[in-house]
Amino acid sequence: MKTALKWVSLAALLGSILPSVFLLTEIISHETANLIALSGTIVWFLITPFWMGVSR
Amino acid sequence: MTETEGTGSPEYERERVPEPALRGAGSFWGMYAGEHTAGTEFMIGPLFLAAGASLQDLVLGLLLGNLLAVITWRYLVTPIAMAKRYTLYYQLERIAGSGLVKFYNLVNGVLFCFLAGAMITVSASAVGVPFGILFSVPEDTFGFGETTFTGLVVGVGVIISLVAAAGYGMVSRVANIAAPWMIAVFIGCGVVALGQMGVHSWSAFREGAFWSDAIAFVRARHGPTEFSFLQIVIFAWLCNSAMHFGMADLSIFRFAREAASGWAPSIGMFLGHYVAWIAAGLLLAAQIKLLQDTSANPGALAWRSMGWTGIICVVIAGWTTANPTIYRSGLAFQGIFPKSSRVTMTLLAGGVATIAGMFPNLSAKLLGFVGLYGTILGPMGAIIFVDHYWMRRFGLIEEWANVEGKRINIAVLIAWLLPVVVSLYLIFRWDLFAAYAVVPSWIASGCLYLGLCKLLHRQFSERQEPIAKVNS
Repeated sequence: MKTALKWVSLAALLGSILPSVFLLTEIISHETANLIALSGTIVWFLITPFWMGVSR
Repeated sequence: MTETEGTGSPEYERERVPEPALRGAGSFWGMYAGEHTAGTEFMIGPLFLAAGASLQDLVLGLLLGNLLAVITWRYLVTPIAMAKRYTLYYQLERIAGSGLVKFYNLVNGVLFCFLAGAMITVSASAVGVPFGILFSVPEDTFGFGETTFTGLVVGVGVIISLVAAAGYGMVSRVANIAAPWMIAVFIGCGVVALGQMGVHSWSAFREGAFWSDAIAFVRARHGPTEFSFLQIVIFAWLCNSAMHFGMADLSIFRFAREAASGWAPSIGMFLGHYVAWIAAGLLLAAQIKLLQDTSANPGALAWRSMGWTGIICVVIAGWTTANPTIYRSGLAFQGIFPKSSRVTMTLLAGGVATIAGMFPNLSAKLLGFVGLYGTILGPMGAIIFVDHYWMRRFGLIEEWANVEGKRINIAVLIAWLLPVVVSLYLIFRWDLFAAYAVVPSWIASGCLYLGLCKLLHRQFSERQEPIAKVNS
């Protein structure tokens, strides 16, 4: 389960950054890129706390 | 006084960290990644462009400067931290005396407050974007921005201060979770900015016309401006000089089990500083190309690039670094008034930081302030360095205040303040770039301390009485 959550977080992280690459290559619009990035952000913060421990 | 109220773990504030509490190298990487991906990176990056730094100088200069910073952490701080296993404050108390450490705490605490103030301003600049409340820098150094923005800074500052007073644990957890995402968003911002400027190929990036055009625009509007390769290297090396040259991170690396832990700051320097600063600089270049606007408003820059994701990143980046900074400032103030509560002192620190944040020029002058910060606090690190490596070699007493039972070590006081006063004179009277003063004042402080100890303290061999300990 933890592994699955990590993969979801990784996908979310990529979702936060890859739209900018697609935007650079003009595959998608700026609005679409921002929407995908925001979705990735929300998923990252919802999922990551379940598997990332406190290290400070 | 505990540094980790809210986390449940002991801090060994006045003792050596015991063997079972030591941590492996991996423990430090996450902390440094989060700590150096701060809201202020959104401010510093654009300031390089606004100051006239060329893209080539920036790419190479930041690489070299951040490498020097990592080497300083690894070879200056980590060995002493592992040998002594004390916090910076307790180590200083054993050398300088409890009375002098209170004065150091006051200076340290106030400087932390000003740094946190800049971070509050950055967060407020992002919060204000959806409401049309924009960050602008007035002409006067101590002038306020728009009334609505000032009010917003107060609101954000109050919230951050209350959270800092509540404890370190929750903010620490959010920062750990946010760190990888923040780095990704910074990279995303930079890539989007390149696209907005029509830079779609490596050759176009290397040519750098988008950057040189932006600098030309800034110069046409604001007059001649230049930021040399050397300034970039020195700034990147010494912007965290309070932590490495100043030995503040003794408090971190005293927990290190292996010397390799000293390489952990590299993630903060190369992902947090290097990548984030260049990406943030690209944001301003894009704004100049698209809107002919040279104002370095972090919130607006991030909004134009990545919309709500950018806004959230600026807010979280500012908040997760302002909080521990205010927390540490509160601890420093509590060191001055030991009977006061941590909550009260943290709220006091938050109040000072919020007031500082109300002056937008503080953020605008961050390049200079950071150098000032290192110049003032760095020399204490030289004293610790000399005390650790050279006292016995020259037949002098190591940790003199602890051995002699003194509250003030005059040699430390003079060795610290004299180079600082001279440096401040050169900075304010002769416009010396503040970061240039850090290393010379560090060296001068170390040499002065050694000389003054020879002059003022009796030799180690002359000590006849039993060792006297400063009361803990």
